[in-house]
Amino acid sequence: MTVQQGIGAPVRRKEDRRYLTGRGTYTDDISRPGQLHAVILRSPHAHARILKIDTADAARMPGVAAIFTGPDMAKDNVGGIPCGWLIKNKDDSPMVEPPHPALVVDRVRHVGDQVAVVIAEARNQARDAAEAIQVDYDVLPAAVDTAGATKSGAPQVWEQAKSNICFDWHLGDKAAVEAAFAKAHHVTKIDLVNNRLIPNAMEPRAVVAEYDRATGDYTVFTTSQNPHLIRLLMGAFVLHIPEHKLRVVAPDVGGGFGSKIYHYAEEAIVTWAAGKLGRPVKWTAERSEAFMSDAHGRDHVTHAELAMDQNGKFLALRVSTLANVGAYLSTFSTCVPTYLHATLLAGVYTTPAIYAEVKAVFTNTVPVDAYRGAGRPEATYLLERLVDKAAREMKIDRVELRRRNLIPRDAFPYQTPVALKYDSGDYQSTLDIALKTADWAGFEKRRAEAKARGRLRGIGISTYIEACGIAPSAVVGSLGARAGLYESAAIRVHPTGSVSVMTGTHSHGQGHETTFAQIVADTLGMPIENVEVVHGDSAKIPFGMGTYGSRSLAVGGSAIVKALDKIVKKSKRIAAHLLEASEADIEFKNGAFTVAGTDRSVPFGQVALTAYVPHNYPITELEPGLEETAFYDPLNFTYPGGCHICEVEVDPDTGVVEVKKFTAVDDIGRVINPMIVEGQVHGGLAQGIGQALYESCVYDKESGQILTGSYNDYTMPRADHLPSFDVATHNTMCTHNPLGSKGVGEVGAIGSPPAVINAVLDALGPVGVQDIEMPATPQRVWRAIQSAGAARAAE
Amino acid sequence: MPTVTMTVNGRQVSGEAEPRTLLVQFLRDTLGLTGTHIGCDTSQCGTCVVHLDGLSVKSCTMLAVQAEGASVTTIEGLANGELHPMQAAFREHHGLQCGFCTPGMVMSAIDLVNHNPSPSEHDIREWLDGNICRCTGYHNIVKAIKAGAAAMAGGKR
Repeated sequence: MTVQQGIGAPVRRKEDRRYLTGRGTYTDDISRPGQLHAVILRSPHAHARILKIDTADAARMPGVAAIFTGPDMAKDNVGGIPCGWLIKNKDDSPMVEPPHPALVVDRVRHVGDQVAVVIAEARNQARDAAEAIQVDYDVLPAAVDTAGATKSGAPQVWEQAKSNICFDWHLGDKAAVEAAFAKAHHVTKIDLVNNRLIPNAMEPRAVVAEYDRATGDYTVFTTSQNPHLIRLLMGAFVLHIPEHKLRVVAPDVGGGFGSKIYHYAEEAIVTWAAGKLGRPVKWTAERSEAFMSDAHGRDHVTHAELAMDQNGKFLALRVSTLANVGAYLSTFSTCVPTYLHATLLAGVYTTPAIYAEVKAVFTNTVPVDAYRGAGRPEATYLLERLVDKAAREMKIDRVELRRRNLIPRDAFPYQTPVALKYDSGDYQSTLDIALKTADWAGFEKRRAEAKARGRLRGIGISTYIEACGIAPSAVVGSLGARAGLYESAAIRVHPTGSVSVMTGTHSHGQGHETTFAQIVADTLGMPIENVEVVHGDSAKIPFGMGTYGSRSLAVGGSAIVKALDKIVKKSKRIAAHLLEASEADIEFKNGAFTVAGTDRSVPFGQVALTAYVPHNYPITELEPGLEETAFYDPLNFTYPGGCHICEVEVDPDTGVVEVKKFTAVDDIGRVINPMIVEGQVHGGLAQGIGQALYESCVYDKESGQILTGSYNDYTMPRADHLPSFDVATHNTMCTHNPLGSKGVGEVGAIGSPPAVINAVLDALGPVGVQDIEMPATPQRVWRAIQSAGAARAAE
Repeated sequence: MPTVTMTVNGRQVSGEAEPRTLLVQFLRDTLGLTGTHIGCDTSQCGTCVVHLDGLSVKSCTMLAVQAEGASVTTIEGLANGELHPMQAAFREHHGLQCGFCTPGMVMSAIDLVNHNPSPSEHDIREWLDGNICRCTGYHNIVKAIKAGAAAMAGGKR
């Protein structure tokens, strides 16, 4: 087919027109006849016993239809919000898995916890009534700080979790690591905090639910990255609605970044209330509500040690991490610091022995779960900070130290000591290309030029890998996942030859409606306009596990390829009949079936029509119709990787860090649409630079109040915080999926934070600063410069 | 409840509005113009930007009654059969992903170009201080606005 629309072409997006003209349909844009509005009353305290809830005054206020509290839901046997991944302790006992009610019963455990729901004719009426509810709280001390929560005497979030430990898990060969450390020439040690972030998709979460009294069917519109999973979790575990009576639709969704993967309490509350009241109910989060109810990300405290021989060859790595999971276990919270983090600790290096311990810690804070990259940014940050520090201590050039330890390009498949088997990669080339693109060699001249202007200029590098394309079901099942992580696709060829593609993945900015259509149009040899990609509706799509972990193309796209294979196979049999030839002689190319070596051919459209108007059809051998479904379960994770280089300038008088240049060279496997790929990398870089320089969720360590609870306080990266980026790909193909694609959604957020911080430290090295925490805000940088100066003066 | 009358996308409209009703709520809930979005509650994000008498405003930052008699243009009022050159530039340069900030970005960008027909990258980044995008890293939005400005200068509008 034409290069302009097929695989590899920068096709302009099919979905854009509706977004650009204001005709997207996001959940809050949906209103149903007779709709009521819900407002959630949330806890103002981080930890408290509820002594009494008095709703009498509130219930009498204008427009109020109902007020429900936890005991009302408990009376209806509503279940708790389930966690999707069971982690086992070092002794093989299961993690502590406390209850997670949609509305609390007698105790609140974080600011923002759901206390009651008010449902009224108008939103303002519901809000007014919520303010009139009287709750008597017995305020308790709160465990807020990640490390502090494990100390003796810390307040207990859950009675059953001693020292607030959810699990104490490990991975790797401890004895081999200890032996390697015993013979090491040098050991580099580092202590790091991976700062807590708030995902902040621009569209706040929302739910619209309705119940049809005539049929008993529920329909739920929700801001989700995976509507089928919500149907499964909410239907089977929480509300006990059978799946055939529950339709979950995720319409246009305004960004997710992980925060919209999970089943949230509000979905259950609103759906249950719609059934109870027999009227549609809508709830939409305000932004300040989102800050205290959307799952947060990261929040690790880590100590790591790297053992090296005299040449800087890595001998062993040991890592000890405390991971904050918040007050309740969100859907994927437990796998993030374990199987998405510790398994990545080999990075792109040949380190032969690795041992990691991870303790998950309950605190009186919002649940923490996957945020763009999820575990892999934490692993990458740790490794790349450690390698830079090792290079300084060993007095080996930091690029050279990386080169000495990179996995060679001829070593694939490469088995790491932490469970993963990398299928392909070429880390030397991505490094070389990035160094050249960033003009690494010419940097010192730029540093000198900046110095003449009174600025401190620095350059930083990170060579990274991620594991994505989540996930091989048998593997993750053996590691505690409570669901399979395959993907489905259905291809429906209509009688006149146009095609609907039903995918179980969900697009909330990634452009699947275009990318997936390119694959189909390319394979079937038809204009892309004839292909419609349908996603986000459990009534239309056979099944799905949704979009996260850079899985949509590698797993969902592979399911589409498998379904297309079936379509082409059946079409060939129909064509063979029409052309009175043997099936083996039929070739399919450019949208036509041809008898090999002849000019006899029949176009795809005619085959489709024949399938539905089977007047001349091999009816005894073949069913009519042309629709195929496929499920694809990957054999392995996919392994994107690459090299990011950041160049910054610091104003020593103010501490302001400015990113001057950012170069990203990524290996993401087969590219379907390079325009969309670049956009994905740009967005990931902005979030990674945001983590490194601007963003941080700050709690008051005593009261547990979120101090960064609005866009006035939480620094979202803005246009004038960022440069234009220099991005490129250098791709090796994934060896185990039919597209060869690896995934691109998360690479930007994974590779960039250490590149930025390494650049900041390179800039500050000449003034004596050795360490800085993320985010490197002006205040932190300025203080670091002042205290380094004071320390020097004292010497 | 007071009645508010204004011109929206060239048509005179009126509707009831509580005194506390924000312009964005009036546009979305009363008029059904859901292209204007609400992304925050502190006037920071800019997803609600519309034009009021030809100037960009955050429609969450004024009351509906304050727009009495005014002329409002929302994202729905831009395309006239074909996309406005700024909308077309956003599509051509992949200046949008999830689309949620997009209406506000486009409305804001057009106001920038009305004030500054040939903005530099620096001008664009400074101007967008009041519009947050979480998807694109702004790289392609900046490209799109430059191209959109050039198209507006050369074109009909």
